[in-house]
Amino acid sequence: MTDSIHTLQEFMFHTKGILYILAIGFLIGFTWFWRFLHKYDREE
Amino acid sequence: MTDQEITMEKKSIFTPFNIISAIIIIVGLVLTYLRFTKGLGAVTNLDDTNPWGIWIGFDLLTGVALAAGGYVTAAAVEIFGMKKYHSAVRPAILTGFLGYSLVVFALLYDVGRPWRLPYPFFISQGVTSVMFEVGACVALYLTVLFLEFSPAALEWLGLKKLRSLIVKLTIALTILGVVLSTLHQSSLGAMFLLAPSKLHPLWYSPYLPVFFFVSSIAAGLSMVLFEGTLAHRHFRHKMDEAHLAEHDNLAFGFGKAAALVLAGYFAIKIFGIALGNNWHYLSTPYGLWFMLEMLGFVLLPCFLFAIGTRDRNARLIRVSAFITVFGIFLNRINITLIAFNWQLPWDERYFPSWMEIGISVFVVTVGLLVYRFIVTKMPILYEHPDYKQEH
Repeated sequence: MTDSIHTLQEFMFHTKGILYILAIGFLIGFTWFWRFLHKYDREE
Repeated sequence: MTDQEITMEKKSIFTPFNIISAIIIIVGLVLTYLRFTKGLGAVTNLDDTNPWGIWIGFDLLTGVALAAGGYVTAAAVEIFGMKKYHSAVRPAILTGFLGYSLVVFALLYDVGRPWRLPYPFFISQGVTSVMFEVGACVALYLTVLFLEFSPAALEWLGLKKLRSLIVKLTIALTILGVVLSTLHQSSLGAMFLLAPSKLHPLWYSPYLPVFFFVSSIAAGLSMVLFEGTLAHRHFRHKMDEAHLAEHDNLAFGFGKAAALVLAGYFAIKIFGIALGNNWHYLSTPYGLWFMLEMLGFVLLPCFLFAIGTRDRNARLIRVSAFITVFGIFLNRINITLIAFNWQLPWDERYFPSWMEIGISVFVVTVGLLVYRFIVTKMPILYEHPDYKQEH
């Protein structure tokens, strides 16, 4: 993975790109986690 | 056994806890004498390569993180209006106050010339130093905690006028406490920004201050639950109806908050790896240790808190709180000791001497004894009958 990174620009592009994907993934995961946490609150 | 014998047995001071505490105190006093007469070299394994040991990693960094329950609980009740957790404020403030007092107490052992601790304030202000910021905030916050704690002591002493004066400052003190805690909890992480080449890349991040602050919230919430569990077991007879009735509700409320905070903390830690592009370190032995910390002591308690809150399982929440408290301890030890100076050969790495561990145990024992004295004498776990109408 790191072999293809030679410049600072490539490094920033690579890490930021993964970060955006991770952030969206966590937002979706967090929504599920919130629903999981409050499942019985809604039923009450 | 007659009633008189039962009473005699109950009043005996020779309980296992007291005997063990007495032994620790005696050994601790001897070690204290050695430390202050023979110097740091006589009792520690510290050297120029490893100037910070467990007195910083455990007594200071872990102590400050676990004492965060004071500002977290006070903010929830006094600022966010969650009055249903009111009974948790005084125990949390007491834990915070004792925690910070012990941090300063332990720091006296660690610094070379402890009598110079006030120098940065009065003689030579190093205002551009992160350590100055930490020192100033800890000193100010300890004062705030003392004032926040003082109404309980003043009720015990019967000083009503002074108590009512300090109670009027509650909101201001709480806001000041949150501001100061935000500053120094994060600054403790910022101190390690000075050593990017010494700290392992999986633990080092430009966002270390954020990691320290967010993890301190989880630590504070968990410590309130953990301390509440111990108090409920050992000082149940001191608790009034309100404390007993709110015990489980507190676990559900704080458990839910801890689950959300730990989920956020896990997310930003992963973001930290992505930003540093440190994925390849995960397959190394340090990477496996890092994953153990993240999966076993962040993600696992996060889900256990969530399941415990959802299923109204207070016991599971308390187990999760214990795991989180241990996880915070592990994180701070990893950053200060295990992942620090990670490139050095093993024979140059630091391992604490038994005397360093002995003094840390001594400090914790002093804290436990003072806690027991205060909880036994002062209205911490119950409301003083003269002031019940005020809440």
